[in-house]
Amino acid sequence: MISQVVSAVGVVIAGVFVCALYYWLSDKILQAVFPVPVDNVHAASVNLNRRAMIRPWLFLGPALVLLVVYLVYPVVATFILSFHDRSGGNFVGLSNYRWAIQDAQFRQSIFNNILWLAVVPAACTFFGLVIAVLTDRIWWGNLAKSLIFMPMAISFVGASVIWKFIYEYRGGTDTQIGLLNAVVQFFGGDPQVWISIPFWNNFFLMAILIWIQTGFAMVILSAALRGIPEETVEAAVIDGASGWQIFWKIMVPQIWGTIAVVWTTITILVLKVFDIVLTMTNGQWNTMVLANLMFDWMFRGGGDSGRSAVIALVIMAAVTPIMIWNIRQANKEMGGH
Amino acid sequence: MNAASSLRRIGLPRLIVHLSVLVICIIWLIPTLGILVTSFRDAGQISASGWWTAFTGAAETSAARLGEPSTAKQEGTNYVISGSVFEQGQGGAVRAFGTRVAAPTEFQAGQAADLGEGETLTINEDGSYVYTKNAPFDGERGKRVYLSVAAPPSFTLDNYRTVLTSQGIGQSFVNSLTVAIPATIIPILISAFAAYALSWMEFPGRALIIAMVVGLIVVPLQMSLIPLLRMYNEIGNLFGVPSRSYAGIWLAHSAFGMPLAIYLLRNYIAGLPREIIESARVDGASDFEIFVKIILPLSFPALASFSIFQFLWTWNDLLVAMVFLGTGKDQLVLTGALNALLGSMGGKWEILTASAFITIVVPIIVFFALQRYLVRGLLAGSVKGG
Repeated sequence: MISQVVSAVGVVIAGVFVCALYYWLSDKILQAVFPVPVDNVHAASVNLNRRAMIRPWLFLGPALVLLVVYLVYPVVATFILSFHDRSGGNFVGLSNYRWAIQDAQFRQSIFNNILWLAVVPAACTFFGLVIAVLTDRIWWGNLAKSLIFMPMAISFVGASVIWKFIYEYRGGTDTQIGLLNAVVQFFGGDPQVWISIPFWNNFFLMAILIWIQTGFAMVILSAALRGIPEETVEAAVIDGASGWQIFWKIMVPQIWGTIAVVWTTITILVLKVFDIVLTMTNGQWNTMVLANLMFDWMFRGGGDSGRSAVIALVIMAAVTPIMIWNIRQANKEMGGH
Repeated sequence: MNAASSLRRIGLPRLIVHLSVLVICIIWLIPTLGILVTSFRDAGQISASGWWTAFTGAAETSAARLGEPSTAKQEGTNYVISGSVFEQGQGGAVRAFGTRVAAPTEFQAGQAADLGEGETLTINEDGSYVYTKNAPFDGERGKRVYLSVAAPPSFTLDNYRTVLTSQGIGQSFVNSLTVAIPATIIPILISAFAAYALSWMEFPGRALIIAMVVGLIVVPLQMSLIPLLRMYNEIGNLFGVPSRSYAGIWLAHSAFGMPLAIYLLRNYIAGLPREIIESARVDGASDFEIFVKIILPLSFPALASFSIFQFLWTWNDLLVAMVFLGTGKDQLVLTGALNALLGSMGGKWEILTASAFITIVVPIIVFFALQRYLVRGLLAGSVKGG
């Protein structure tokens, strides 16, 4: 155990050292290969230009290699694998896609993902906005925000244990130790096995992600609300607008862009939701989602890279519009720089 | 100041705001509080009562025998047996009692229970009882009664001791650190150099690379898993090394975090004042020197923001660890261990809650200590999908 800690620390130090050495050494080599002689103005300027041309690529090099090997190449490879059989060796055309369309579990996953997409981003944004507005008006608002933001730091697996305990069901005459069942019993209802009720169990899983992500929405939206110029609100007050009108007609339209960012960010997260479903139900009782189905097929029966790739591509297709929008947005911002 | 006047001073709408935020905070805290409290409770008490009763004590059902009929004393027309249901040295508080095992809470403590045939029984909270009958008691043995006794709250560190040693959570904690620390530090340096090149160096293709980085931020991890798994297996076969190793996951985490890192750092570094960098260039500093002596120190807030993100993300990750790391004792990270325990220790909440709390305590400390930087990073990089 101790030796593992020592070797991890060693790796950090060695890694940082190697990285620093690369950048330092490559810069030195560049200067040696293209010297800048003091007596030859022409050669000096030529070599200076050459250095300026090469140096960016030395700085970018390691990052580009990692990005290409771990992200760009796999996207292409996954696309190609989706047309191949389970071992990835033989071309099978569209048969993996045909399988997906006809597979009941795949359809179930698509349905559940759409359900998640319809509920979670909306719920997080709504709660986040409401809590941001409320906490901005009280003196202990920052403390409240911290507490609501805290689940952000908790892993999905940890959150799943936390919520599984809330949904815990005890059979027979045993005392209900799950909070939800105890509350239901207190109000005279019958305890239920919440996570195995088809269709509705999806919502019990979504509650976990909403609990985690509302803090994120709140933080971003709260910053946007503070950015609203006070004059616009004051003018509305003078014109006799009610609090409700000010909120919906003055404040919300001004932070529309931020709401879109929050919404799309949570949308991407929802498309990739994996840990929660894996730990709560592992896809049983009709709770399967795409990311879990994909993981399942990666290893099921020795793994089927073709089918798994098709499922990954569906997730990719769903985020592509957001990706294009982001790139356009970034290009627009850089136009001024 | 009385309540009414202070209410008027605060104003009713304000009071509603205070109350609703309070309610929301409580709702948000209760789930975590539940496992925190449970992780310190005795295993028997966890399954006997809800954690919210932890501080008032759990109710346990026990049985006791009243005094033998031969000890009865005659008082007027009644015969009375009295004493205590607790044996010497035993303690607790009787909440309720009953005469049938199916109904140990039939009568409240202190209440005179009419048992029929002219018998009445009163058991007080302290355990003393009075059992009367309007005729002599028959039989030889004392009457059997069932009690609901409030055991005093008992808290223990045993659960933590168990999971840290015998459940392998201690080892997993070290494994998680082994994954998270290098996977946080390695990408910072690499992406900082890239971000500097993308902000302050002119070269063809720069806009294209920036667009690529922005696009890659949202590419789902799922797209990378299959080809990388195949690649790792091939490299493993080719060189005869294990395909699942710490080095493999460090590089994977570094690469997956890199688009966001470059994006965040580029936004920050590009916003540094031009004069500083240009005056350094005029003074003859090379780009390498400018980067190390000027850019890195000035970018500390952005570097801190990203490292918190990356640390939380690598510490909390399950998917990447499941694909790129083994499930052996020396490689299982905390999230993986917790997931395995959920499968094997189903209803053993004393194990699960203590393990879960160990899993979440590091990120929570990081969160509260460095929240400022986390918020700043979120605001700067909210295009990333987590």
